[in-house]
Amino acid sequence: MRVPLSWLREYVDLPAVTAHEVADKLTAAGLKLEAITSYGHEIKNVVVGRVLEIEELTGFKKPIRHCKVEVGEAAPREIVCGATNFSEGAVVPVALPGAVLPGGFEIGSRKTYGRMSDGMICSEAELGIAESSPGILLLPQDTPIGADVVELLGLRDDVLELEVTPDRGYALSIRGVAREAAIAFGVPFRDPAQIEVPAADGESWPASIADPTACDRFVLRAVTGFDPAAESPLWMRVRLARAGMRPVSLAVDVTNYVMLELGQPLHAFDRSRLTGEIVVRRARPGESLETLDHVVRELHEEDILITDDSGPISMAGTMGGLHTEISDVSTGIVIEAAHFSATGIARESRRHNLVSEASKRFERGVDRELPLAASWRAVRLLVELGGATVEPGVTHARVEPAPVRIAIPVGHPGRVAGLPYSRETVIRRLEQIGCAVAEGAQEPSGTELSGAGTGGVAATGVVSSGDLADKLAVPGDDLITVTPPSWRPDLTDPNDLAEEVIRLEGYEHLPSVLPAAPAGAGLTEEQRLRRKVGRALAMSGYVEVLSYPFIGGRDLDNLQLAAGDARRWVTRLVNPLSEDEPFMRTTLLPGLLKTLVRNVGRGFTDVALFETGLVYRPEPDAPATAPVLAVDRRPSDEELARIERALPRQPHHVAVVLAGELERSGWWGEGRQATWADAIEAARVVAREAGIEIQVRAGRHEPWHPGRCAELSITDSGTGERVVVGHAGELHPRVVEAYGLPPRTAAMELELSLLRPPGPVQAPAVSAYPVATQDVALIVPAETPVAEVAAALGEGAGELLESVRLFDVYQGPQVGAGSKSLAYTLRFRAADRTLTVEETTAARDAAVSLAADRTGARLRGA
Amino acid sequence: MSNTYDPVEVTPLHADEVARAQDDALAAIATAKDLDELKQARLAHAGDRSPVALANREIGALPPAARSEAGKRIGAARKAIGEALAARQVELEAERDARVLIEETVDVTLPWDRGPRGARHPLTTLQEHVADAFVAMGYEVAEGPELEGEWFNFDALNIAPDHPARSDHDTFFVESTESGKVLRTQTSPVQIRALLSRPLPVYVVSPGKTFRTDELDATHTPVFHQVEGLAVDKGLTMAHLKGTLDRFAEVMFGTGIDTRFRPNYFPFTEPSAELDLRCFVCRGASAAPGNPPCRTCKGEGWIEWGGCGMVNPRVLLACGVDPSVYSGFAFGMGIERTLMFRHNAEDMRDMVEGDIRFTLPFGMEV
Repeated sequence: MRVPLSWLREYVDLPAVTAHEVADKLTAAGLKLEAITSYGHEIKNVVVGRVLEIEELTGFKKPIRHCKVEVGEAAPREIVCGATNFSEGAVVPVALPGAVLPGGFEIGSRKTYGRMSDGMICSEAELGIAESSPGILLLPQDTPIGADVVELLGLRDDVLELEVTPDRGYALSIRGVAREAAIAFGVPFRDPAQIEVPAADGESWPASIADPTACDRFVLRAVTGFDPAAESPLWMRVRLARAGMRPVSLAVDVTNYVMLELGQPLHAFDRSRLTGEIVVRRARPGESLETLDHVVRELHEEDILITDDSGPISMAGTMGGLHTEISDVSTGIVIEAAHFSATGIARESRRHNLVSEASKRFERGVDRELPLAASWRAVRLLVELGGATVEPGVTHARVEPAPVRIAIPVGHPGRVAGLPYSRETVIRRLEQIGCAVAEGAQEPSGTELSGAGTGGVAATGVVSSGDLADKLAVPGDDLITVTPPSWRPDLTDPNDLAEEVIRLEGYEHLPSVLPAAPAGAGLTEEQRLRRKVGRALAMSGYVEVLSYPFIGGRDLDNLQLAAGDARRWVTRLVNPLSEDEPFMRTTLLPGLLKTLVRNVGRGFTDVALFETGLVYRPEPDAPATAPVLAVDRRPSDEELARIERALPRQPHHVAVVLAGELERSGWWGEGRQATWADAIEAARVVAREAGIEIQVRAGRHEPWHPGRCAELSITDSGTGERVVVGHAGELHPRVVEAYGLPPRTAAMELELSLLRPPGPVQAPAVSAYPVATQDVALIVPAETPVAEVAAALGEGAGELLESVRLFDVYQGPQVGAGSKSLAYTLRFRAADRTLTVEETTAARDAAVSLAADRTGARLRGA
Repeated sequence: MSNTYDPVEVTPLHADEVARAQDDALAAIATAKDLDELKQARLAHAGDRSPVALANREIGALPPAARSEAGKRIGAARKAIGEALAARQVELEAERDARVLIEETVDVTLPWDRGPRGARHPLTTLQEHVADAFVAMGYEVAEGPELEGEWFNFDALNIAPDHPARSDHDTFFVESTESGKVLRTQTSPVQIRALLSRPLPVYVVSPGKTFRTDELDATHTPVFHQVEGLAVDKGLTMAHLKGTLDRFAEVMFGTGIDTRFRPNYFPFTEPSAELDLRCFVCRGASAAPGNPPCRTCKGEGWIEWGGCGMVNPRVLLACGVDPSVYSGFAFGMGIERTLMFRHNAEDMRDMVEGDIRFTLPFGMEV
């Protein structure tokens, strides 16, 4: 809402304060300042002059005039002017030498077109009144010559642009803002809607409300004899322009002016284009209307319409029809002022993607009691400015809703604030915003409002049912019953009233008290694990990314996922940002791989990335819809479970991708390329943080290289079963190609939610006895997984074994084709004694023996 | 060592012998060329088997009358040798420091980025930082799904079916606009889940990912992060809300940061407020006319940080909490926005693109 300060001052006696001080007070009251625009402050030395003589200069490409202009000085000024819309005797604004115009444009005496020009005759644009203007601004003949133009025309002004929240429609008017300003400064407010409206007999035009859920007030007034050539006065055009509305024509400008001033949207019909009774109703199937913007709109059955015998003539509260528009020959005008359903207009506006100044106000709530006064104000302006005559009578169709009444203990606002307010303060503040306050509890509004459909328009969409009002009732003593004013349909609940009192008393006076929350349990194991995993991966060289969780069908193909792969069972968005990525991710890899490619493309070829986040895995048998439950009570557990069942499973995953050198080459020597082994190690890094040992065995799983893919599993601590948690290794060359990845890019992904920390680490007993070491070299078939050999050695060596470590793998002529040699160091130690050579040898032999049984290993050289 | 009385004179204790041993020792010490040779000299002339040490052992063999004099003589010699050793040690160490260590000089400016460290995303660590601030106040961290039921995301939060936020201009719908499933547009549904699942009183904070259908640009991203706080207890007031957020601001931006509540509107809180922070860079100075604009607050003097208010009793009702017994407050802040002004991050695209140059400087913590 753009509020010229001069307009505001008409209705509230603001003290001598700056625009910023006014804005600060309004901001504190909840009308936040967006911007202040100053007008005319820099203009000086522009006076009223009268053109005495005009000499047309010839020989130039355009008409040029040399004028003698009287400006209230001893002698007239000679001024050269390029405009031709004035004649001798015209009263015009004159910028004298030394004058400054908007934008800091300085006027001096200069020679031009062969003559001296001792100033400038100004247009509206040059004075900053309009964006553009065809010629010189002509002032009324009785304007005093030599007077200061800025003072005279009120060009000096500051415009506050205020952000109005959706609950406070009343503040989309000078009237509403003035009321807030008056309260904020503690000065009187003159309500511009408090005007004498004469009683009228009869209707100005026949009209009725056919659908009381669409409209509960419908007022028509008519004028005739309007001069369609009459222009809007300068002051009105200036205000409209500064309030952000383009001046159009007098009739339209008047409706806009009254809307800005009072907050009541008005519509002007050409009286001669109306046929028969006007009816407010919903649209019928197949109806359409060509609106003012020359768009033919197919109407929806819920659209609220103004109709006459010819059919729809206006989309209520949104945009008028073209056929009944005021034209440059209209002399009879019918002014409509109505109160439409807020939700009805909101839906209509959204359905047609049509937001107008009127619809903005109606959907936020307009004062139901305004139509009579606002329409009268508009009619008076048409009479005064357009020479019209008021037709007798006024049409006033109405549906009377029950008033909203809210009972609260007078101490309630203070208890919400944590700052006691006196009884007097609470009542005074509520009365300031227009509430009627009565002592004691009266019949609560809820029961009266329960039949809102017949009683009137659900103006805010939040009419309390009787039950709800009871549940929201605040217990306590010293009740007051508050009836909110007609312009505050947002006030329905006890806390709405509390907010009014607290904000007017000032949020800045709220004390700051830290509540004593009960001792919490800190982070959960799972939350701590996610942090530890992130930290551990970062310490290992991985950089975290947070990629968008959207993927496309192309990603599923690029990953070489088979038709039946569970990751192809995706959730689709109705309105994705990009039609290429309409699905929610079922794997973290696409986002990571694209981010890797982006980094490589930007010149970073050695990249290791990780991400932790949710993936979305719909259950095949899940219900299609999640019910939308009631809100006036706690839903049952079964109702809540129905929502949960419809949602996909959303487990936490962790994934890494890496390419290039993991250890850099440098002056110290060669670096080390990231490989499949690093990807598997990343899984171990993750599992280690959970205190879980991850088991690795060869796997086949897209998008990995079939010969370089590890299946990662854990043993469920409860059931003892092996659970596959993810995969790691080198990506399949086709995946590398599809995404344009560096060759041999490696990746790991596992379901973090499956890694449940097994409980406290058990402290080992540390033996101080010496270690005994035995090395063994085993020959096994080349395809034997090393993990199996190590496991057999460990198991066979018995409890004296402290560790087993592979220190060499050899394949070559010395062991023969199809075999490999694995060299292990076994370390033995006992808790209670120094081991003898015989003991360790026996343990080693047992280890080798079990490895031989399990894997066919034989001692090298044996 | 002999403990028996020996009338025979003990040769090693002769003055001449002692003097000779001392001279030999001093000569060896003086001629030691480096610390190794000095170590040898120490062993030979001051060690357990050195002449003076052996002589010292013989003192007991002297007649009692002679012992004192011999003892003094030996003591003086040992002292002289010890002092010479210490002096020479200092000399030789200085010499080593001056020469040998210099010869071992390396170029310490050589780079060493052999195994570079990674980094966590600042949006992650900032969320953790926020969570920690509240955990320290006794809160627990609550979580919920990102693909959420409409009832949780809107209805239970008193957002009416016709509210503009519920259109597909703002909200991502899942499967169909009638499915009752959306990508959550705020972390507030976690409030509902917390109230439905936890015993009262409830003090929770919930950072997380949220979604709105904005195109990515310098100041918008369709996938962003919020942190939500909720406290429901007996007797909670706006004063408690203010106290909590003042403390939070202090943890995030340091002491002495003013906060301001400004009336605002949210369906799920009533009364509602916007929380502004006094700009911690210009401290509000840039708002005064004529002063240079501030990059952080854009010359407003205040930074809009988040929304807050008293939990709307209608929300409590939907969760089965009796508003005549319990009251609560809730607040929410944008993590991206917090990162922008706390760390001068200017372009939101940098936060989502995953360019390692953006993330690496943040390391492990923010």
